[in-house]
Amino acid sequence: MAGNSGSNGEMYYHDSVVRFLVMCSLVWIVLGMSAGAYVAAELIWPGIDFGQPWLSFGRLRPLHTNSVIFGFGVSALMATAFYSVQRTCHIPLATPRLAWATAILWQVGILTGGLSLLAGINAGKEYAELEWPFDIVITIVWICFGVVFFATIAHRRIKQIYVSNWFYGGLIIVVAMVHVVNSLAMPATLFKSYSIYAGAQDAIVQWWYGHNAVGFLLTGGFLGMLYYFLPKQADRPIWSYKLSVVAFWAFTYSYIWAGPHHLHYNAIPDWVQNLGMVMSLILLAPSWATMINGIMTVSGAWKKLRTDPALKFIVLSLAFYGLATFEGPMMAIKSVNVVSHFTDWTIGHVHSGALGWNAMIVFGTYYFLAPRLVGAELYSVRLANVHFWLALAGTMLYILAMWGAGVSQGLLWLSLDHLGEPSFSFKDIMASMPPYYLLRLIGGLTFLTGAVLMIFNLYMTMRGRETLRVRPPEVGSVREST
Amino acid sequence: MSGLSLHQKLENNAALLVFGILFVSAIGGLVQIIPSLTQDSLKTPARNTRVYSAVEPVGRDIYIREGCSVCHSQQIRPLLAEVKRYGPYSRAGEFVYDRPFLWGSKRTGPDLHRIGGKYSDIWHRVHLIDPRAVVTNSIMPAYPWLAERPASAAGDIQANLRALQRLGDPYADADIEAAPGQLEGLLEVDALIAYLQMLGVGFDAGASDDDGAGH
Repeated sequence: MAGNSGSNGEMYYHDSVVRFLVMCSLVWIVLGMSAGAYVAAELIWPGIDFGQPWLSFGRLRPLHTNSVIFGFGVSALMATAFYSVQRTCHIPLATPRLAWATAILWQVGILTGGLSLLAGINAGKEYAELEWPFDIVITIVWICFGVVFFATIAHRRIKQIYVSNWFYGGLIIVVAMVHVVNSLAMPATLFKSYSIYAGAQDAIVQWWYGHNAVGFLLTGGFLGMLYYFLPKQADRPIWSYKLSVVAFWAFTYSYIWAGPHHLHYNAIPDWVQNLGMVMSLILLAPSWATMINGIMTVSGAWKKLRTDPALKFIVLSLAFYGLATFEGPMMAIKSVNVVSHFTDWTIGHVHSGALGWNAMIVFGTYYFLAPRLVGAELYSVRLANVHFWLALAGTMLYILAMWGAGVSQGLLWLSLDHLGEPSFSFKDIMASMPPYYLLRLIGGLTFLTGAVLMIFNLYMTMRGRETLRVRPPEVGSVREST
Repeated sequence: MSGLSLHQKLENNAALLVFGILFVSAIGGLVQIIPSLTQDSLKTPARNTRVYSAVEPVGRDIYIREGCSVCHSQQIRPLLAEVKRYGPYSRAGEFVYDRPFLWGSKRTGPDLHRIGGKYSDIWHRVHLIDPRAVVTNSIMPAYPWLAERPASAAGDIQANLRALQRLGDPYADADIEAAPGQLEGLLEVDALIAYLQMLGVGFDAGASDDDGAGH
């Protein structure tokens, strides 16, 4: 607010760090999704690991999830947080060197962490596989991320903190909390530690973490992206400010309770399961409130949808956000979960969020961002449109395949014959899966092909062009609309 | 709109916003986790449940290293179909020495919580090294390297047991001293089989509060 009064003569937004993070995230897309396609292929042709430990499904799959969530997802979140926090505060990043340190250290940490997973160094907790030295690095980088972000907000020249920053702030604060608590472990050697929690207690803590890593990183963080880039691209203010306030706090309060739905009918207390189920259902309200706010923001700019690939991607991502945040609470109902738990339905649900929501909103954002970073037109709108249809087709194939596979598995596992014995052996049920798995692989490869087209498109857009030096608006000039 | 004017304070004050987010997001976790961490039934071993001894923790660490829990759950739900397929449903007391827990979230292969004693050691050895030799159409990866490495190379067994001891698991110093000797001559695959063969076998359905047929 204060401190930077007067002329902003030589002040420029720090956008080169944004550009660096965008490029890193593009590398992670290819790496993470290729690993995903490879493990999908291994489920059809198990021999393609060639007896190599590092190519084995159990090691490659954590590399896939870590690369897409922490490599691609977090790099994209850092890039867009750094970009938007400057513009919503009318001031360059308060600590640009620390921003660079954050960006680079994160890449080094996740890259070496990914290699450690291939080497079989694995703490054994889902989405928290990295061992304790990496956990410490992640914590340090995350604190740096928070310092850069909140110091910039503290120096802002606009009184009000814009809604996108609440979500990015929630991402930083809550992910720090759940990461630190869940990662507490007793080190035995440099690359081996044991969780300080055991058994059922460990399970409750892990899914409190696991669900809220999804909640505040893949949902909340990306909602920050939505709240900045959707109004920008649609060139319209957020439809309802009140709704955004209510939805934000309801979301922040209720998401954290929903973790136990990952443990329905497992050996944890019933009250924890039931509470997790009820809060998961309640979560539908703030989730959809935000979706409605987003859709209504676009309303009136619908004709832009025909011509603008960035807006198309963002609006489609909202649709998948709506689908995934409806499907999630439904799967959290115990009687539905009986069928869906432990099946490929879960994998399908995750990907309707990860491909349909997270990746698509990043694609839309990047089609907006890349030309603006260098002050040029997008290299090819036509190619971006091709990408749009590949992304949509790939996601749909993926989800449909996993619905088919998952519902079959769930129902066939539960089926009993007239003697009360299981009707089908596990082996026979799995033997019916290859068609679904092949369809899933095709869906994933289609999606990946689209992403590669985008990378080419963005590369051609930015190639040989300097990052634009953008000044904040003069003091007292137009205020950022909320 | 007094609610919104209250909110303006949060929007205009970064410290207040940070505190607000932290406070609001912490409540759910506190309510669910604190009682769970203090609940005795979640940390009292079931009858016959014991710490992993000598070769078994090495096998368990190999199980984690190879990501077995990515495709195999260790959690039998109290559903008739699951109990029929896998055996008595899982009780919290059976997992009190599991660091981390390995219940899993996906069954690409069958549940393993009560796999112990169902197949012979020889079957497991062949199956781990070449799954399709014994299960046609299996999509499980082959683990030939497990039969090439000595079990002692899988980690520093004494350092690992000491870490578990520091966490309060009942290991005697003498057991830790003797552990490396028990690994002599064994391969990684032997340690993994020792772990698989003790999974769920200690469970005594007659001693529990019901007959294990689900509810």
